[in-house]
Amino acid sequence: METKVIVGLGSCGIAAGAGKVYEKIKSLKQAEHLDFDLKKTSCVGMCYREPLVEIIDESGSYLYGDVDEERAIDILDKHINQHNPVKEYVVKTDLFKTEDDEYNDSQVRIALRNCGFMDPEKIEEYEARQGYRAIRKIAGQGMPRLDVIQTVLSSGLRGRGGGGFPTGLKWKFANNNKSDEKYIICNADEGDPGAFMDRSVLEGDPHSVLEGMIIGAYAIEATGGVIYCRAEYPLAIKRLNIAIEQARAKGYLGKNILGIDGFNFDIYIKEGAGAFVCGEETALIASVEGERGMPRKRPPFPASQGLWKKPTNINNVETFANIPWIVLNEADEYKKYGTEKSKGTKVFALAGKIRRSGLVEVPMGMSIRDVIFKMGGGIQNDKKFKAVQMGGPSGGCIPEYLADTLVDYDSVNATGAIMGSGGMVVMDETTCMIDVAKFFLDFTQKESCGKCTFCRVGTKRMLEILDRITNGQGKEGDIELLEELSYQIKDNSLCGLGQTAPNPVLTTIKYFRDEYEAHIRDKKCPALVCKKLLTYEVDPEKCTGCTVCAKNCPTDCIDGERKEVHFIRQEDCIKCGTCYSKCKFDAIKLS
Amino acid sequence: MRIARISTKTPEQEASNTDLDLLNPLIEKYKDKKGKLIPLLQGTQDIFGYIPREAFLKISEETGLDLSDMYGVATFYAQFRLNPVGKHIVKVCHGTACHVQNANEVTESLQDALKIKDGETTEDGLFTLESVACLGCCSLAPVMMIGDETYGKLDGKQAVKIVKNIKIKESN
Repeated sequence: METKVIVGLGSCGIAAGAGKVYEKIKSLKQAEHLDFDLKKTSCVGMCYREPLVEIIDESGSYLYGDVDEERAIDILDKHINQHNPVKEYVVKTDLFKTEDDEYNDSQVRIALRNCGFMDPEKIEEYEARQGYRAIRKIAGQGMPRLDVIQTVLSSGLRGRGGGGFPTGLKWKFANNNKSDEKYIICNADEGDPGAFMDRSVLEGDPHSVLEGMIIGAYAIEATGGVIYCRAEYPLAIKRLNIAIEQARAKGYLGKNILGIDGFNFDIYIKEGAGAFVCGEETALIASVEGERGMPRKRPPFPASQGLWKKPTNINNVETFANIPWIVLNEADEYKKYGTEKSKGTKVFALAGKIRRSGLVEVPMGMSIRDVIFKMGGGIQNDKKFKAVQMGGPSGGCIPEYLADTLVDYDSVNATGAIMGSGGMVVMDETTCMIDVAKFFLDFTQKESCGKCTFCRVGTKRMLEILDRITNGQGKEGDIELLEELSYQIKDNSLCGLGQTAPNPVLTTIKYFRDEYEAHIRDKKCPALVCKKLLTYEVDPEKCTGCTVCAKNCPTDCIDGERKEVHFIRQEDCIKCGTCYSKCKFDAIKLS
Repeated sequence: MRIARISTKTPEQEASNTDLDLLNPLIEKYKDKKGKLIPLLQGTQDIFGYIPREAFLKISEETGLDLSDMYGVATFYAQFRLNPVGKHIVKVCHGTACHVQNANEVTESLQDALKIKDGETTEDGLFTLESVACLGCCSLAPVMMIGDETYGKLDGKQAVKIVKNIKIKESN
């Protein structure tokens, strides 16, 4: 067999320099007439080892990590020329153990089954990996629509975008509403900061999303499909466009698809324009219709009156990517994974202060601790694990002592956080929880569409209180006021954004009340993050008297002669942190 | 924050060297389509880098869209700009992962180095500094994006160096 060299070119890989590595390998191949097939793929999920290059030869597959141009030259020389794999760079192989095995061993890849294993711009490669077999199975067997819906229903698949509503049930509602025009929409407006699984699926396996949509369209008799994708994902949009063209050319989209009489369906892409609230389905529909993305009252639900007032079904990217696998392998196979109420697998995006950040797909019901410590390798720089934020701006912070919580919809909800789309941002002892709560509220406050007063004004007031607390002007009663505002906003907002916006504040108050109290009563930030609450001092052991801090101090409150230890006059210090960031000798101490 | 993007300039101040004829194919393409407003605005911004006042007027006249609707939509979405932007837009990610990994330092250092505030454009018209929500490269946090190029695992100093290198390239 011909040796293959495959470079991972997802957004994260390209950001880490994979594009340059690809060009380098290409030019070396030409210059030295090397004999191998150079291919492209997308993100395999091991973002912390990007750029990744896989070499497959007669002896097996070797995935190399942290490949820069220099390392690429080395690997090509030893592996290709001398047939001698460079073991110390290998992060994944079936032939021997690597230190990264824990990251991969507990994964069950269903939604990510093809990500990193094929060229996303070639439909033939998707077909070779059982692609479009599910829709062919439906067409070949003449599977009735209700049977398809029943399969999805009994698989127990719940919406992976955050809500967790049973997908089969949604399809059933849409199917029940008869109309000559019906729509199916893929929500690819992944606005949740800290989640990137949808981007990865769209970039790495766009056809699986298309096939999921085609199956959905068949089941609910949809006539048109829309993928609402955020404009911040240019590579995803490019690859989706290529995929749609290819699917049309092969007859998976168009008229009488695969010979199913009267099954006419096509998909187009709608670029989102940057509004978090458009993740809410009625706001998304308004945005597709070209209006301000503001949610409206439900009912009527989109299943009866959605896009252009026609019955519409909306699912998320990851949900659609699961569908072909479920139809092909039957519901029972999918149900094998997961817990009683949350079936199957879920993709998580690990980020923050975690050693191995990237995407992992695990069966529902694994503990948060296992995900973070076994797969994620624990906390960076051996710091102490403090909390994990799940569910983005709608979610909450789960503290260390609840880390044995299982990841399924109901267990996570019980902590006050939500599963959301599956972002897990890990925080260590150097993260201030009030700062985190403020960060999310700042986000939701900006993203509030302004329709409901409580959401529009309430989030603003909450942000002001948090601002005060982090600036050292917190007052007794602030915590209670925050709680009261939170419940008002939750009760009086129309859509999910407002109903969940206070969650980050409520969970941090619930689990880290002492930190709030330290800020308010003692005017201290235990994590040393809130600048206004810190004291800056010169460490006499480390100070070399270089005068850089004194020169840059905006209030001239640092005294000292050249080559002598400097001193900060606390009464004039405005705590701007300039000396701390300018010092080259680490001689400014914080307390 | 979004209010800040509304132009305070009057038409006379705005350089009227925008070639409005560039809009014709775009208007032709979407004129009779449903849901045309956002693609029209996106297309206009692709051409000019922002949405000039005259473009609003022209599109409104030729498609029958209400000016007030167009303005409402343009100011609702974060993507649309009503002011000219620099040649390079420096987008600093402020998603959760980047925030936890000190994206603030990146923005602050760039503000110091470029002598502009977040959302502003340098005098030479080379750079516009923008804070954006998640770019989806969380494992490389903190991240910034200039053009189609993404830079990861930054600190303030590295970010400034990258911008300075672009500046040197531009002056050659």
